[in-house]
Amino acid sequence: MSSSDSDLTALTAAELADKLASGETTSVEVTQAFLDRIDSLDGELHSFLHVDHDGAKAAAVDVDARRGAGESFPSLAGVPIAVKDLLCTVGQPTTCGSRILEGWQPPYDATVVSRLRRAGMPILGKTNLDEFAMGSSTEHSAYGPTRNPWDTDRTPGGSGGGSAAAVAARLAPVAVGTDTGGSIRQPGALTGTVGVKPTYGGVSRYGIVAMASSLDQAGPVTRTVLDAALLHEIIGGHDPMDSTSLDAPVPGIVEAARRGDVSGLRIGVVKELGGEGFQSGVQARFEESVAMLTEAGATVVEVSCPSFAQALATYYLVMPSEVSSNLARFDAMRYGLRVFPEGVGDPSAEQVMAATRDAGFGDEVKRRIILGTYALSSGYYDAYYGSAQKVRALVARDFDRAFEQADVLVSPTAPTTAFKMGEKLDDPMAMYLQDVATIPANLAGIPGLSLPAGLAEDGLPVGVQFLAPLQADDRLYNAAAALERMLLDKWGGPLLAPLATTSEVPA
Amino acid sequence: MTMTAPALVDFDEALTRYEPVMGLEVHVELNTATKMFCGCPAVFGGEPNTNVCPVCLGLPGALPVVNEKAVESAIRIGLALNCEIAEWCRFARKNYFYPDMPKNFQTSQYDEPIAFDGWMDVELDGETYRVEIERAHMEEDTGKSSHMGGATGRIHGADYSLLDYNRAGIPLIEIVTRPIFVPGDKAPAVARAYVQQLRDLILALDVSDARMDQGSLRADVNLSLRPVGVSTLGTRTETKNVNSFRSVERAVRYEISRHAAILDDGGLILQETRHFHEDTGTTSSGREKSDADDYRYFPEPDLAPVAPSREWVESLRATLPEPPGERRRRLQGEWGFSDLEMRDTVGAGALDLVAATIASGAPAAAARKWWLSELARRANEQGVDLAALPITPADVAAIQKLVEAGSINDKLARQVFDGVLAGEGTPDEVVQKRGLAVVSDEGALSSAVDRAIEANPDVADKIRAGKVAAAGALIGAVMKEMRGQADAGRVRELIISKLT
Repeated sequence: MSSSDSDLTALTAAELADKLASGETTSVEVTQAFLDRIDSLDGELHSFLHVDHDGAKAAAVDVDARRGAGESFPSLAGVPIAVKDLLCTVGQPTTCGSRILEGWQPPYDATVVSRLRRAGMPILGKTNLDEFAMGSSTEHSAYGPTRNPWDTDRTPGGSGGGSAAAVAARLAPVAVGTDTGGSIRQPGALTGTVGVKPTYGGVSRYGIVAMASSLDQAGPVTRTVLDAALLHEIIGGHDPMDSTSLDAPVPGIVEAARRGDVSGLRIGVVKELGGEGFQSGVQARFEESVAMLTEAGATVVEVSCPSFAQALATYYLVMPSEVSSNLARFDAMRYGLRVFPEGVGDPSAEQVMAATRDAGFGDEVKRRIILGTYALSSGYYDAYYGSAQKVRALVARDFDRAFEQADVLVSPTAPTTAFKMGEKLDDPMAMYLQDVATIPANLAGIPGLSLPAGLAEDGLPVGVQFLAPLQADDRLYNAAAALERMLLDKWGGPLLAPLATTSEVPA
Repeated sequence: MTMTAPALVDFDEALTRYEPVMGLEVHVELNTATKMFCGCPAVFGGEPNTNVCPVCLGLPGALPVVNEKAVESAIRIGLALNCEIAEWCRFARKNYFYPDMPKNFQTSQYDEPIAFDGWMDVELDGETYRVEIERAHMEEDTGKSSHMGGATGRIHGADYSLLDYNRAGIPLIEIVTRPIFVPGDKAPAVARAYVQQLRDLILALDVSDARMDQGSLRADVNLSLRPVGVSTLGTRTETKNVNSFRSVERAVRYEISRHAAILDDGGLILQETRHFHEDTGTTSSGREKSDADDYRYFPEPDLAPVAPSREWVESLRATLPEPPGERRRRLQGEWGFSDLEMRDTVGAGALDLVAATIASGAPAAAARKWWLSELARRANEQGVDLAALPITPADVAAIQKLVEAGSINDKLARQVFDGVLAGEGTPDEVVQKRGLAVVSDEGALSSAVDRAIEANPDVADKIRAGKVAAAGALIGAVMKEMRGQADAGRVRELIISKLT
């Protein structure tokens, strides 16, 4: 393999797009370089559940030919991408990391996927995730965990650990993830990548297998803020197939990512999201980031969001309730796994449903289905689901008040750096706490972005989270781009995972 | 355990001790072009599982989008039932596992119906009974299960089941009454009249074809008894599979007799779903249903709330047809029909056909006569609705015109109906092709009358003696000779003039 190929994988999506537009390289070359790197390194990482060599190459040939014929394309045409295996893709399986959908081939594309195809982005494959996106470590995948390219004994976070690890290890220049309680941002923090959860309704959910409908949102997983904005622009925008899709233009996010100017910006530090319970190295990198923003001309204020103390508990009522209903359709009747109960002659439909769901779902999924079924039960609904909706409104109100004082809010993205495989697997509460800082944004629907902010005392990446009001996603990109530029200046270039710098690509 | 016929108390006797309280739930399948939440044709029937897509099959990742036309129909139904229309309401998920439900939840409305607090005045034998409407809400239909191999066609005992999702997602409006308190002896008829008049309303709104025999209008009958003088309500049963107006009435009667027997015995009514059997007029136990049934309703997070603007609601109010009761009273006055004639016309589903025939120029009595006798008989023979016959009100009016002009008589008119129904063309064309015009050649007619008088001297004598009524026999003979193609009135005139 030529050295130029491995160089290609070191470029950002924006840089690749420039080279593709100028004819310096082709999508076939770029796509092949990433496929080679996947073949070489993903045996260890397991960031992909399915690699679509043929489909990706065919798409690359197609976009090169059309470009050659003079067709004009959006920014990232020809740049390959990885897609979380929660999005329906024609021609590739969609398993959601679950046995119950093993080998299932959707007959339709998610809107995000069809937009990627229309934009001329070859799809490298489907990335690993916690089963049905339920988890914060990607250890709950029925097909085995993904490892963190910074330290393969550690998890990449979750649920979108596959997308984050793939981008961090340069197996894909960019990826699509989904974020219900932090599944894009927390893995971003733990792998040193950029992850964005857009405003709820900003990106279509059509064709994304639902975990919790009122919280789910797809978004970019990238290595730079600009790449995230470019991808966000492609996948975002109104979709008539999704009733909760916002019928409003996507704010000027690419322009904001190029601007990166925080002078005069009011930045709010959320009192409740930091300090106690946060690893000291995480807290230190966060405080340095705030100091840098201040130096760059931002005003920093402390804001308080008292209802955040109940956010995690609220999330663990709303999310499982919706999960219990959304996952009811996996019943062996129409598609997916079908298991017949042992020792039952002539089983009824109900018995087959029960046996299939018992065999097809993992423990974490079952835990949440049971929690949600209980929370929605007659007699408990008001106390659980009803109260949770009220607290949810309080969280939104806290944000509204905070945004009266500040243009963007900041916090550490996750309380710790990447944790060891198995460390939290038997302690659901410890696992759930990984999302304590990211969940409030999902409850309120507001956008959030995680940016790599350096390494903690353990040598592992730390993420700083930016939050903005509904439909003000551009503010995230502006503020994060400013900090990113200062950090890159300070570091003299991006911080790369050890596995990302390896060039062990077979000749 | 073997099934034994339950004890019954005579209906009238039951009413001496108990008061019935009814509740009616009517499901109306809307006639929208597409389904409730996707773009599939809302056509039930046809090759199974052809009108389906990821949304109505509930495939992973698929999302619903509300059919605006269905919301419009729901609002119009609500307005026609004198309901309030919600300014803001949501869909809810009704969660339960059943193979004919693609998502294992039904997207419905729960505590926020689109229409609520209405009423309908039911007219019966000159009395008006106000039925209060609790709510009308939108929901999607389920798929259809066919249970194969069992003796009963029910899921229990079946070898396997076939599922057709063409029906899944077809928009339904469920109209729920408040408890109906009417004198017990009237209860069965009021229930029937309510469903019948509701159907008229639905048809006038043109939001459904509202056919009970095909399931596009389905009525569930809730019934409970309470001892006379007691104000608390008894335990109710919900009877399904009630597929005709007559069955609504019979189901109420039967359940009153059955409940009374159980209560007389000191027994308890089981809160359950029961199935009505058309052939025997009885009900049998279906699924046991209790308040413990827990559908875990919660607001549908995949759909935005429905918030119809007041301007839209008012513009829809302006499209409402004349209320059926008022229209019936107006037409009855205009046509001069007796109460019985009007009831028969409505009962035969001929109101609109008669109205259109009159509008095409026929006298009211003639329009009624043709539709309710001649055509109703043929529809009955073919087992189709009157409106489904291949003849238009304009054709019927044209035939009547031919009769009035003396070109044909009633007997020939029947042959014209035959021809039109057989697709031989317009009434004029049929008359021509079949050569059906009456003989108006006075000479031919006169000689035929003379021959009839000659052949029947006894009858002729009677007429000469003043028994004019005997002329019928001679008319018959003449008509026979003329093979029916004569004006019987003219024949009669000739006979009388020749003999008196």
